[in-house]
Amino acid sequence: MNSPRPELIIEAGRAEQQYWRDLWHFRELFYILAWRDIVVRYKQTVIGVAWAVIRPFLTIVVFTLVFNRVAKLDAPGGIPYALFVSAAIIPWQFFASAFSEASGSLLSNSGLISKVYFPRLIIPAGSVITSFVDFALTLGMLAVLMLWYGFAPDWRILLLPLFILQAFAAALGAGLFLCALNVKYRDFRYVVPFIVQFGLYLSPVGFGSERVPQYLRWLYDLNPMVGVIEGFRWACLKGASPLEARPVLSSLAVTIALCAFGIWYFRKTEKTFADVI
Amino acid sequence: MSDAIITVENLGKCYRLQHQQERQRYVALRDVITSKVKGLFSNRQSAIGNRQSEEDFWALRDVSFEIKQGEVVGIIGRNGAGKSTLLKILSRITEPTKGRITLRGRVASLLEVGTGFHPELTGRENVFLNGAILGMTRAEVRGKFDEIVAFAEVEKFLDTPVKRYSSGMYVRLAFSVAAHLEPEILVVDEVLAVGDATFQKKCLGKMSEVAEQHGRTVLFVSHNMPTVMRLCQRAILLNQGAVAVDGPCAEVSHRYMNDGKYAGAERTWADSAKAPGNECARLLAIRVRDHTGAVSSNVDITRPVVLEMEFRVLQLGRILVPNLHIYNEDGACVFVTGDTDPAGRRTPRVPGLYRSRVEIPGNYLSEGGLYVSAALSTINPVTVHFWERDAVVFHVHDDASGTSVRGDYVGVYPGAVRPMLPWITTLQNPPHPEPALV
Repeated sequence: MNSPRPELIIEAGRAEQQYWRDLWHFRELFYILAWRDIVVRYKQTVIGVAWAVIRPFLTIVVFTLVFNRVAKLDAPGGIPYALFVSAAIIPWQFFASAFSEASGSLLSNSGLISKVYFPRLIIPAGSVITSFVDFALTLGMLAVLMLWYGFAPDWRILLLPLFILQAFAAALGAGLFLCALNVKYRDFRYVVPFIVQFGLYLSPVGFGSERVPQYLRWLYDLNPMVGVIEGFRWACLKGASPLEARPVLSSLAVTIALCAFGIWYFRKTEKTFADVI
Repeated sequence: MSDAIITVENLGKCYRLQHQQERQRYVALRDVITSKVKGLFSNRQSAIGNRQSEEDFWALRDVSFEIKQGEVVGIIGRNGAGKSTLLKILSRITEPTKGRITLRGRVASLLEVGTGFHPELTGRENVFLNGAILGMTRAEVRGKFDEIVAFAEVEKFLDTPVKRYSSGMYVRLAFSVAAHLEPEILVVDEVLAVGDATFQKKCLGKMSEVAEQHGRTVLFVSHNMPTVMRLCQRAILLNQGAVAVDGPCAEVSHRYMNDGKYAGAERTWADSAKAPGNECARLLAIRVRDHTGAVSSNVDITRPVVLEMEFRVLQLGRILVPNLHIYNEDGACVFVTGDTDPAGRRTPRVPGLYRSRVEIPGNYLSEGGLYVSAALSTINPVTVHFWERDAVVFHVHDDASGTSVRGDYVGVYPGAVRPMLPWITTLQNPPHPEPALV
């Protein structure tokens, strides 16, 4: 209202040009949708936000019992196995929840999509942000665990945000791609839980990636979460699990490609969402 | 050109219907059926040319119009005329294929009351959420918050999750947010007019107020001509995706009513599953008969007219009162009439086919078009089994032969009804002595 008569032109392909400006324009809606998801998440639960911490904590306990005590797997460099596993489970759970929430997000907001205009990117991006809030809480839990084991991180922890950013990009890219597919082909609703389930075994969560046979390493390193998880361990655990350049770079390249592809595919299909959903 | 707030030029929207054989497996069967059905209506030739992998369906074709600031314009058309597509393009939910729209002002579109309301959130939280969805900034919502809450009359329940609201409270709160939007251009769908009568009145009242007092432009999309008549000065009639008439409401209304496809003197529902109604009863037919008994949409003002409805009762145990609502071209309800026969009012009707007839006497109705809505209700507890709006239409005409209420007068004759009443006029102050009169 403060601007003198905004003029809006609607024609084929026009939304394309104004997209990023619109995204900025609708930032308030973005905040409020993310806020809604965060508020609604633990409504009518007794222990509320504690769930965000309890789930990864129990997973860590189970992994430690099964892999360390029963299967006798050990962490390299004399790090407590619980810490070794935590530094992997925490980013993994962030990726898994962000990815699955984002891929289902358009469907659960179909009412909004068919009734109001806004850049649709807001919805899956908002879901990733919501999972990020849970993730921030579990990072706190990791800090407590490190205190418990009397383990102080060194300068490497300063590089942690880079790996968080990579996890964020990977979840967003994959989430965007699958949520766009989900709009048209509901089959992908059933595919996502599988990806998450397999991903846990295909990522170095219970073990270090050095255990993967050398001749398979190049393939293994294409998994974007390999770089993220190894990076997390390296940054949090004083480099006790050494970081090699090749896995970091190749998984980073895959992450960037995935994110770019996700955005591209989402943008390509976005204008038909309201017609298809 | 310069004073137009909305300019629509050669707007077209094409939907591509896919008939790909191989990939169809992943698309639900339902979608296949709808696309086939749509295909029937779009282009016969390409539908016959089978094995076509894709097919174009133009939901809107070359639509152009201009709307000036402060105008309240109704967009009408029967189902499938392209109203919803136009609405979706105007609100940017979907893009046009061709042409352009220039909007010179902030636009808010209301396709639904309470879009995005989250049942778990409180009333207060939902006001902010819904406001943001409708395009208000947080500061704006905060500024109007008290007003919104007062209009909705839910002050006491602001911090209760809306899932515990009664449906009335929910709708009031949702509408209240929408009513306090302050865009230069407001695009409203007819869904707004759905709801109980009081709510509808409040909503329509607020809308006309918005247009009149604040000089705002309102586009009202509806298939209900009487509602459009009540609200708008100008209307645009869409037919098969193109503008059929654009002009003053009365003119458009006339055209709309005479469009045989819209509604005639008779409507029947062959497929009872799709007929209006519920598990208790369904409407089968409704028709207008003139004094000779023939189905006709033109009746003489001096002759009686019979309205007839047929319905099937499917369940035993309810008292069912058939009733008819008659609206005129101005959208005013002329009267409502129900079957008050004591037998039907006190005893439940057994399942079966029923026919109800009511005769409206000659010299009772006004000239012009009348819309008949057919309903079947249970009074206690109040349940409406079906209410088919504007199911049939008929015209009352007066040939001014002198036998009607008009007598010899041929000018404008106002009034919702025109009953022939027994007048007696006697001279009270005779100039001559009484006996002279005898």
